[in-house]
Amino acid sequence: MYEQIRSNRRASWLLMGSVVALLAALGFAIGAAVIGGLSGGIGLLGVFGVVAIAWSILGYYSGDKMVLAVSGAHQATHESEPQLFNVVEEMTIAAGLPNAPAVYVIEEAAPNAFATGRDPRHASIAVTRGMVQMLDREELQGVVAHEMSHIRNYDIRFATLVGILVGMIALVADFFLRMSFWGGFGRRRGGGDSSGNAGAILMVVAVVLAIVAPMAAYSVQFAISRRREYLADASGVELTRNPLGLARALNDIAADARPLSHANRATAHLYIANPIKNKKTKEVSGVFDTHPPIQKRIALLLEMAHVGPEALVSGRRAAAVAAAAGAAAGLPRAAGASGPAAAPRPHDPPPPPAVPPA
Amino acid sequence: MIAVIIIIVILVVLGIIFAGMYNSLVGRRNQVDNSWSQIEVQLKRRHDLIPNLVEVVKDYMSYEQETLTKVTEARAAAINAGSQGPQAQAQAENMLTESLKSLFAVVENYPDLKANQNVLSLQEELTATENKISFARQFYNDSVLTYNNKIQMFPSNVIAGMFNFTTRQFFEAPEGDREVPKVDLR
Repeated sequence: MYEQIRSNRRASWLLMGSVVALLAALGFAIGAAVIGGLSGGIGLLGVFGVVAIAWSILGYYSGDKMVLAVSGAHQATHESEPQLFNVVEEMTIAAGLPNAPAVYVIEEAAPNAFATGRDPRHASIAVTRGMVQMLDREELQGVVAHEMSHIRNYDIRFATLVGILVGMIALVADFFLRMSFWGGFGRRRGGGDSSGNAGAILMVVAVVLAIVAPMAAYSVQFAISRRREYLADASGVELTRNPLGLARALNDIAADARPLSHANRATAHLYIANPIKNKKTKEVSGVFDTHPPIQKRIALLLEMAHVGPEALVSGRRAAAVAAAAGAAAGLPRAAGASGPAAAPRPHDPPPPPAVPPA
Repeated sequence: MIAVIIIIVILVVLGIIFAGMYNSLVGRRNQVDNSWSQIEVQLKRRHDLIPNLVEVVKDYMSYEQETLTKVTEARAAAINAGSQGPQAQAQAENMLTESLKSLFAVVENYPDLKANQNVLSLQEELTATENKISFARQFYNDSVLTYNNKIQMFPSNVIAGMFNFTTRQFFEAPEGDREVPKVDLR
């Protein structure tokens, strides 16, 4: 786990550095093409560089606030969401984190959740209303434990930075591409290069950079999150010692086809399951998927629990079915309430991985 | 001359290794202490919640005095056991857990009680506290395991022996206890 933290810290620095470099290069290309000449390029390089550094610092310290605001999340209290709040506190204790993350709720029906922040002391967990309503306690615990492992691993720092910085690159590139439609109006005024040839070459370079930059940024985003989700699933189970809770939660999420309207390309990778739903569920993950196939994650979790897919019937749903059957038969409803008995569960959860936590 | 330098270098390196092991032992011990205090916070919270629950429930349950008395007694015993070390305390707390389980099982037979908002929120708080206790115990036991390993394994056991680091007791969970009183609230 310490390696994971170290690699996330390193990756965060690397990401900020390369984004600054990338934007500086983009600035140079745009400056050279639009303003013209080397001086124009260097001028805009400086401007872009400073903006990129400032944006990185802003992203580091308040990226979580931005992400939460973009996602339409509002902070919850113990009074407003007792169960969610308690579950977060439980998982904080299980993870041995210094303080409980702030709890946010997104008022949307699609079940999903994410964590953000820069370290365990400055972290937040956001859960959609649909998730709070749809999941029972064990399932919610699984989801929160998954998010808690992202927090503990410092995945949140890297993932939040990716969201903020990728968002910016897309913005800048978009801006430039739109501008180039108006024609390089300033180019003729530049005077530095007499031959139109050099200007044309720079223009081509600028366009190429403007296309390549967001693609590079996006592929970083895709690459990071797929592997991380498996890891967070596994270490989440290490906290709850109950793979079935998360498996059932993921199953419920997979069964829900509603997309999350507040999620966008820049924040999609933060969520526990892809908030931008594809119509078909694929077996293999493509280059442009932010998440591993959810069925594969469920299968892995079921394997950990040593049970088959029949165990996926959620506790609450099973209880409801039992209660309905009981009512139909004119029996008292006492049996329906024993949730765990209704849900088939393993007698012996497998021992957690031998890695000592903390 | 060279020999002296080599010896000094070796001593310095050894010193650094020793200091590192010592510090990591202290760190582990602090983690054990800290996670133990986590358990105590949650145990105390449970002790504080129980009188409220008993108060709310007792008017409805005139025929179940025995169950209520058991809970109250178990609570008192658990508070008393607080000063007798992890093992005694674990035992008393497990008794309390059992008595709460039977109380909630009885609550199931009273539809009025089950629908009572106070009871519902107290149930949620007690479930959460039970969970917190078991997760704190899980974290405590994991911490104890790493700490004890460090104390008993070579080479850190040498340092541990020199500075009187002693192994700690686990906080034992009751048999088959992964689901503490499972009150399905929804």
